[in-house]
Amino acid sequence: MLSLTGVHTHIGQYHILQGVDLVLPHGELTVLLGRNGAGKTTTLRTIMGLWHASRGALVFDGSDITQTATADIACAGIAYVPENMGIFSDLTVHENLVLAARDGEPDKARLEWIFGFFPALKKFWNQAAGTLSGGQKQMLAIARAIVEPRKLLLVDEPTKGLAPAIIQSLITAFRELKAMETTILLVEQNFNFVRSLGDSVAVMDDGRIVHVGPMAELSENLDLQQKLLGLSLDTHQ
Amino acid sequence: MMLSRMFSGDFPRSRFLALMLLVAFAGLTLAPFLFPGARALNVAATICVFIVLVASYDLLLGYTGIVSFAHTMFYGIGAYGVGLSLYSVGPTWGAVFMGLTIALILSLVLALVIGLFSLRVKAIFYAMITLAVASAFAVLASQLSDFTGGEDGRTFGVPEVLRPGFRLIDAEVFGTAINGKLITYYLVFFSALALFLLLLRVVNSPFGRVLQAIRENDFRAEALGYRTVVYRTLANCLSAVTATLAGALMALWLRYTGPQTTLSLTIMMDILLIVVIGGMGTLYGAAIGSALFILAQNYLQALMRQASEGLAAVPVLANLFHPDRWLLWLGVLFVLSVYYFPSGIVGKLRGRK
Amino acid sequence: MTTTATSALADSELPRLRLDVAPLLLLPILALLALPLVGSFPTWVTLTIAGLAMGMMIFIMASGLTLVFGLMDVLNFGHGAFVSVGAFTATLVLLPMQGWMQADSVLLNLSALGLAIALAVLVTGALGWAFERVIIIPVYGQHLKQILITMGGMIVAEQMIHVIWGPDQIPLPLPASFRGVLLFGDVAVEKYRLLAVAVGLIVFAAMFLVLNRTKVGLLIRAGVENSEMVEALGYRIRRLFVGVFVAGSALAGLGGVLWGLYREMLTAAMGSDLMVPVFIVIIIGGLGSVGGCFIGAMLVALVANYAGFLAPKIALVSNILLMVSILLWRPQGLFPVAKR
Repeated sequence: MLSLTGVHTHIGQYHILQGVDLVLPHGELTVLLGRNGAGKTTTLRTIMGLWHASRGALVFDGSDITQTATADIACAGIAYVPENMGIFSDLTVHENLVLAARDGEPDKARLEWIFGFFPALKKFWNQAAGTLSGGQKQMLAIARAIVEPRKLLLVDEPTKGLAPAIIQSLITAFRELKAMETTILLVEQNFNFVRSLGDSVAVMDDGRIVHVGPMAELSENLDLQQKLLGLSLDTHQ
Repeated sequence: MMLSRMFSGDFPRSRFLALMLLVAFAGLTLAPFLFPGARALNVAATICVFIVLVASYDLLLGYTGIVSFAHTMFYGIGAYGVGLSLYSVGPTWGAVFMGLTIALILSLVLALVIGLFSLRVKAIFYAMITLAVASAFAVLASQLSDFTGGEDGRTFGVPEVLRPGFRLIDAEVFGTAINGKLITYYLVFFSALALFLLLLRVVNSPFGRVLQAIRENDFRAEALGYRTVVYRTLANCLSAVTATLAGALMALWLRYTGPQTTLSLTIMMDILLIVVIGGMGTLYGAAIGSALFILAQNYLQALMRQASEGLAAVPVLANLFHPDRWLLWLGVLFVLSVYYFPSGIVGKLRGRK
Repeated sequence: MTTTATSALADSELPRLRLDVAPLLLLPILALLALPLVGSFPTWVTLTIAGLAMGMMIFIMASGLTLVFGLMDVLNFGHGAFVSVGAFTATLVLLPMQGWMQADSVLLNLSALGLAIALAVLVTGALGWAFERVIIIPVYGQHLKQILITMGGMIVAEQMIHVIWGPDQIPLPLPASFRGVLLFGDVAVEKYRLLAVAVGLIVFAAMFLVLNRTKVGLLIRAGVENSEMVEALGYRIRRLFVGVFVAGSALAGLGGVLWGLYREMLTAAMGSDLMVPVFIVIIIGGLGSVGGCFIGAMLVALVANYAGFLAPKIALVSNILLMVSILLWRPQGLFPVAKR
């Protein structure tokens, strides 16, 4: 579905991505782990075209998107949920979703499906998004990314700062999406959250991918966890 | 060695630039003897004052990356301070210093207040606020006519030594009378020279280097522990004070002060044009730019008049070269400068080697 | 709805987004405070309407500027040039059509005016498009250069007005049916001011509808808050921005026509002279906020008019005093725009 080959990204004078190689197979949920500053968010933003790679190639669905503009990448079928959620707080929930639908109103049936796991959105349909709670904003941000079917979903740390009950509804949402064979790249620090969701896992450090493998392997192998994540767990607990 | 200290180690670094500066320096030093006419001497004095005025603005724009539209306000405060003091107290040195002191304090306070009020936020915000404050100040100066003389301004006497009638010695030197006008010129000239060298010292001091670091990346400078607001405000105050002194010199030279010669937005635009065309972030740019600009303002227009008359048959073309349209060409030059050679004339010369 | 559902709903009901009314109340409070100070009711009405008319014109000119800033972080210091160009372009229609203008027929007057406005809006819109292409594009994200370059653009534009229309001021008489005053008892109201208020209200209503009821409007509001996310949703923010820039320039042109007729005299610098109140208005309103810009424009103009009558000396700096007091109350302006 998406492949990154030797991707380097510079932000100003800082060399953040130093040769990222990553392949996202169709219909799988890949979890991207790593400590803060490892380059996870930069990877997502580079895929989205918000920062352009200075070297290397990104191929999505058979076409090269290395230098493509963000809007065209979005239209090609990639949806992005940034870490800060990117909610338009001045607009209502409804209006936020209208903008996410390519033309006009979102599809009714699909909305009902989303309300199934994010009921709050229905309740606050005509409220300004800025008045929602953090968890509800996250629901809206994800809803906006899936209000129409997209080929690939990029989600940046959705559980950050959320209550367990809300994390549960996010898990439900991702299960539903997996059932529909959506390809997902999920950046997370919360290993417990992704343990049950991920098909495969990639670990980043210092702007490179240092490990790729099936989720099952990592969640069963404590030594490997220690080796790859010890650093991140230690420094962040 | 001595030269190095005088220039604070910041040399022109281009043979042609050095030559231009030398010519300008020699021309200004010997102006009363080389170009004896009243008009020529006036041009020379204006160049001296503008070099200081523009250089002090460059400290803000070029070295600190702040766009201010209040520079003429400080210039005007200097001119009005000395002018009104001389007008109301009488032509004594005491009045000059009193006026200057009041003006400096007022400028300092205003610069401090405006700086603290708006330098924390974006450059754009500062530009807008200074524009508003400066225009309010200009309106105030022209409306409080009982005090300031309104649109007409004030003509005033200067201390006796500076009066044209005063003779230091009766003989003429190289055909030039050593009179008060000449003394005033040299007062302006040497003050301007001293102020320019002082600014050169400032921008090449550690303080100046911090300013440039802030201009390049204020976020990083802050992270390195420099309080950017403090540095910016200091630069703002220093620049305001220097502009005030320039204004005082101008008032002494003209023996007149009024809104058109000190406060108008036109002068602000001239300063901007000179800084950018001369070269931002190098004080030599201010010097070369001022000299060329003032010369052009006084002599190029005559050339344009000829061109315009020659083209009288072609209506729009004649308008294009009308002497009053010289700002059009400067404007075009200005826009091109910002795009293609932001380091201005000086940058071009240095780049050529 | 079942009872359990309602109770669950009540359970987690959010605090409703409080409509921020304090700034809205400023206008009536200001007007009411001015009434006893002014003393005479007819004078007060005249002053208020004059203030509103002026405020509407300033709003028309400032609204585009504040949106362009909000959307792309671009502040056009040359915005005033569009005002001047709009006014001068209108003379191309209004001066040859003096027959219609001075005819004793509201219809003919309005037609001439309408044509002039249409031409002015077209020309300034096109000019805005060119300005954006040539002047703005190379300096995105560089505030310092933006200020310099747009200033330079304004100098060139003003000089070009002199080249095309000559160095002299151009008198522009009002159409016959909008000259003079309407009398309501003791209260005299200049007709043209009413027209200016009407046009201003129409523009404000149209902008309000576009921004709140159309997808383009939603995109503009979303873009003001977070343009990156608008891109990530698949919209080309650049196209949106060019559209807003052109519309803003065209509005400045419209404002220029109205302002020129109001002064009945055109000068090339008429636009740049207005930039100070325009900047004050958008600062007061909150950079990027159209509603704030509207309130700000009314405040500035009303205060200027009342102060001009009550204490002419203070009136000269009333703008600054108003701006300082508003910023002390709300440092980000009346309606701060949420930025990512």
